[in-house]
Amino acid sequence: MKFRIFAAFVGPSVFLMLLFIAAPLVSVFLQSFQITQPIVESQEVETCTPGFLTQTCVTEVKTVPVLDENGEAMTRTDWVGLQSYRNVLQLDQVRAAISSGNWGDIWAIDFWKALRFTLMFTLITLPLVIGVGLAIALVVNNLSAAVKGQVIFISLLPFIITPVIGSLSIYWLFVGDGILTSILESWLNRDIAMFAQAWTIELLMYFYRVWHVAPFAFVIFYAGLQTVNQDTLESAIIDGASRFDRLRYVVIPHLMPLIIFISLIHLMDAYRVFEEIVGFRSQAHVISLQWLTYDFLVPDDSGNRSISRASASAMLTMIGIVILLILPLRRTWRDHKGS
Amino acid sequence: MLMKKILMASAVSLMGTTAALACSFENAVPVKSLSAGFEAWKSATDAMAECGNFEAELDQEFRTKQPAAFAANPSLYQIGGVSNGTITPLLNEGTIRPLDDLVEKYGQNLSPNQLIRIDGQIMAIAMMVNTQHMMYRKDIFDDLGLAAPATYDDVLAAAAAIKDAGVVDYPLGATLKSGWNIAQDFNNMFLGFGGTFYNDDSTPAVNSEAGVKALETMKALTEYMDPEYLVSDSTYVQQQFQQGKIAMANLWASRGGAMDDDNESQVVGQVYASAAPLAMDGGAPATTLWWDGIVIAKNISDEEADAAFRVAMEGLDTEMVQAANDDAIWLISGYQPNRLAEGAIATAMASPAPISYPSTSQMGLMHTALGNELPAFFTGERDAEATLAAVEDAYTTAAKEAGVLQ
Repeated sequence: MKFRIFAAFVGPSVFLMLLFIAAPLVSVFLQSFQITQPIVESQEVETCTPGFLTQTCVTEVKTVPVLDENGEAMTRTDWVGLQSYRNVLQLDQVRAAISSGNWGDIWAIDFWKALRFTLMFTLITLPLVIGVGLAIALVVNNLSAAVKGQVIFISLLPFIITPVIGSLSIYWLFVGDGILTSILESWLNRDIAMFAQAWTIELLMYFYRVWHVAPFAFVIFYAGLQTVNQDTLESAIIDGASRFDRLRYVVIPHLMPLIIFISLIHLMDAYRVFEEIVGFRSQAHVISLQWLTYDFLVPDDSGNRSISRASASAMLTMIGIVILLILPLRRTWRDHKGS
Repeated sequence: MLMKKILMASAVSLMGTTAALACSFENAVPVKSLSAGFEAWKSATDAMAECGNFEAELDQEFRTKQPAAFAANPSLYQIGGVSNGTITPLLNEGTIRPLDDLVEKYGQNLSPNQLIRIDGQIMAIAMMVNTQHMMYRKDIFDDLGLAAPATYDDVLAAAAAIKDAGVVDYPLGATLKSGWNIAQDFNNMFLGFGGTFYNDDSTPAVNSEAGVKALETMKALTEYMDPEYLVSDSTYVQQQFQQGKIAMANLWASRGGAMDDDNESQVVGQVYASAAPLAMDGGAPATTLWWDGIVIAKNISDEEADAAFRVAMEGLDTEMVQAANDDAIWLISGYQPNRLAEGAIATAMASPAPISYPSTSQMGLMHTALGNELPAFFTGERDAEATLAAVEDAYTTAAKEAGVLQ
């Protein structure tokens, strides 16, 4: 293909990627080193509020932003270096926890609490998603053609449910007066509260994510299974290889590039875990890095929001993903060069 | 059968026409409103819709949308539903207009009590007051010979008696969902113990005796609650009441109407309200006073503002209040207080009276810091003082970033 034709085809998508991915990234990167504040002044303000019969008026000193001649709040932007990163990481508190010997205190600090959960969530669900996905693919591959279609359709259902809706459904099923909790309670004859402590919430989150993503792994593996060399499999049978040996020495090595691919996608997705936190309302017990960024961005009743800390937290999340991806990416690169 | 259906259909359409006539003028300018989604707003916006060309957006997340939507030029909504807590960003950014001339033109039916004046200018029209106060199951209290609790010691004693009697799943309910709700519950108790949130120089002051006492009282109450209290918001507590699962809660007055809604509630007529309990002797009831009302956007034409204000006045008239008397504690003339309004009235009339929610930039930051850090105390990760220290740290960081603290 001539370079000009190639460029004409690729150009639009490169342009859109620069506009919608690269430019926002650069802007977030810059904002993580800046703090934008409204210029405020203290003013005596008289505010009247209604009672039942008469009003009560109070005069108090309020901090209000200064408006310019167009009626818009004036702001000032300062470069503050790594201040926002320090505010997010709270390293002084980590140091205090370590020097006082109460290591457990670290896990009460927002960022570190979120990092602990996010890493555990990512690393625990990864092998489960690959294992369950592969198991379903092997089972489906050995089914008779008559039921294959239906089974594939049903196995794919969890994947097409919108993540927020899926997590809300799980929440409603297991919350104090949910259907499943009520059934379990009458069966076990004891009070069950799945959302009252962190570990049960985390278990539900792992379960939900594996249930939701395993179909994706299944589809990929199932496609991969169709390309396994039948001659190799037959010769393995003649050599006396058991079903497990064939899986171990023929099928899995053949599927290895797909396993790496699914790991890459899953690491990126799981590290940005967010829907489970919102759907399960688990902020009191369990939070994730992505939720932390969101929480910084939500304005409070007076309209304040922490854009700088949100930017810093987003950059830290990105750095985390890159670190996680280094291992599988190195392997793909080696394979690529080897071939 | 078919005849009956046709008759029904024409009856319904006739009702539609009479409803359209309920508005005194024909509105020609498209008007949109954004407000919270509880019953009172449904009634008020339904009444506004009778004038035609009106579209209401009822959204419990209105507080996050409103500042940006009103800052747009032209504003995305003409009418905004606000409370004393959420009007602050609109005032700060100057995106709502003074209403003095509109009140003069169309506000003959408003009482002076409804006009929210900020520095002398009318910036909002209040329609109802709201507060968190004690709601309890009168039948259960009567059976056990208990009186409506006046202090939090009474609440704990009553909860213990109800637990022993085993008549409900959990004696107490509370709006302790982590985030805004748990912070507001703490605010109530903290003010009840006479605390102040921040000093004159904007430095935090919650790590005090009042703060520790407030947390300890709240913790003692949680012993009698559903163990999943950290996910329990106002709607959840309302449903617990409606399904007969709890016997009392310090709950919003605006939720009172739902207790007598026989489509949802199994306890119609059984729930009574009394003043918010005192946290300490001689203190004010442990709660805050709120109002809800409407504002008009600044970034719209005068013609639109005129139409929007007239539509809003139709929504907030005596006719609407008479049709939806029990939905709220209305400030509009024609309102007849029912038995569920007694609690809110007793709360507001108490001496000393509770303050109205102190809406300032500092308070917004404090509210967020409390909402994020308090759950650690209830899950046992931190003790009371460490939790309050963490709240002060979080507040200080955010206040420096927002420029209110140097």
